[in-house]
Amino acid sequence: MSARRYEALLPMIGVAALFAIWFVATARQWVDPVLLPSPASTFKALWSGMHGPLGFDFVKTVYRTAAATLIAAVIAIPLGILLGSSEKVYRSLEFVIDFFRSTPASAMFPLFLVLFGVGDETKISVAAFGAILVILFNVAYGVMNARKTRLLAAKVMGASRLRVLFDVMLLESMPQTFVGLRNGVSLALVIIVVAEMFIGSQDGLGHSVFEAQQLFDMPRMYAAIFAAGVLGYGLNLMFLLVERRFVHWSGK
Amino acid sequence: MSMAGQALRQTPAAVESPSAVGTGGRRPHVTIRGLSKRFDNAVIYDKFNLDIPRGELISVFGPNGCGKSTLINMIAGLMPMDAGEVLFDGMHIGDIKFGYVFQNYREALFPWLRAFDNIAYPLKMMKVPPAERRARTEALVARLGIKLDLNLYPYQMSGGQQQLVSIMRALVVEPEILFLDEPFSALDYEMTLFMREQLQRVFIESGTTMVLVSHDLEEAVYLADRVLLLSRHPARVADFKAVAAARPRSVATLSDPDFVQTKAHCLDVFQREVRRS
Repeated sequence: MSARRYEALLPMIGVAALFAIWFVATARQWVDPVLLPSPASTFKALWSGMHGPLGFDFVKTVYRTAAATLIAAVIAIPLGILLGSSEKVYRSLEFVIDFFRSTPASAMFPLFLVLFGVGDETKISVAAFGAILVILFNVAYGVMNARKTRLLAAKVMGASRLRVLFDVMLLESMPQTFVGLRNGVSLALVIIVVAEMFIGSQDGLGHSVFEAQQLFDMPRMYAAIFAAGVLGYGLNLMFLLVERRFVHWSGK
Repeated sequence: MSMAGQALRQTPAAVESPSAVGTGGRRPHVTIRGLSKRFDNAVIYDKFNLDIPRGELISVFGPNGCGKSTLINMIAGLMPMDAGEVLFDGMHIGDIKFGYVFQNYREALFPWLRAFDNIAYPLKMMKVPPAERRARTEALVARLGIKLDLNLYPYQMSGGQQQLVSIMRALVVEPEILFLDEPFSALDYEMTLFMREQLQRVFIESGTTMVLVSHDLEEAVYLADRVLLLSRHPARVADFKAVAAARPRSVATLSDPDFVQTKAHCLDVFQREVRRS
């Protein structure tokens, strides 16, 4: 029992070690304090920032990432099921999907700027574009790799094609769909943060990091980076928890 | 699995049977005539005829690759045949209710449904209302006397329990015939022994015609009313051997002289067919 409790604490060791090294390095002034502020001043900046402008930026980034992921999911999941349910259709579009999946979404910024102008629409649509391809690809593969025996079993029990699609293929693809959603939301966050830095943005975590760097306010910059990290980790964790709850058979 | 066939059942189409190996006297349940099937260059079945008697458990046994599974898959309509006809009291497979138990229970059950809902699923496909589905599933479980926690998900159960759930799922529609494709070959020996008893009980209890493919001669003979011994392909009926031992059979049956003799006979036929190549 005590051994298990000990094992649960293992992940904290890395965290503690990181903070210890950070603390010692700044206390002993191994690093220029301007480049690396102390943990205390960073967390003070994080705390006060989250109750002020950084909190506002955080919410903005959450909103944009969520909007992009939601749009991507709404488009990519039905499309992925459609493509995956016919291997011929998927094979004929595979190259196009793979090509755009491999194209850095950031390369699409200028095009989307022309299409949507300098605003939230551009950021959200570029992020959604990137996430759509990742989700689409995973959903389609999840559907295509549905166990043949399971499909046959449903057919033997008298399930119509539509029934097989909804009762079997859709559920069979769920674990892979969640892989796609987790990768998709991570990619959307990356694109949103980059867009907030450089595309005439007035707010968002990317803007916050960039602005703090321009003003040489290092504690604030680290605080903003840290907030972005928390957001990325939190989004991934949220999808994992939802998956564990609703796709309980995943990996079993 | 349509119910349309029910009305037809009163007046089964008369089957003029050319000579086929089969049942002395009783009207056959399944009649297979002129069944032909080839894979690429291999002729698996060539004008194959067989009668399957009603209410009996038939084991299909034969050399590797002779087409045991192919046979039941064609009878069950899972695989198209090149030529021939399979009739169930004069009806086609699409007009009768049947059950099919796959070897790979892990992939045949739905892991997102609890065991109970897995069993009830075919009733949903037959558009039985939810309350009746529940009642019929509960009735089946009670009748078979199987003690299982059906609130579990398949992945929370042992292999044998999962296969029991598969068998119950196949039986819930009260099928006229049940096909089992090597249902126990993915289980360990202890579980296999237990499952043979379970299947025998289910068979005695339900009286459903069953066709079981087995790669284990002892199992094939132990469970069967008749053992269908196939030759190498193109498969012929090498023998259709009746197993006389009374039911319920038990471990004692395995050493009963009659049983031992039947098994030895089947082994002889099998070896003769293996050598003939």
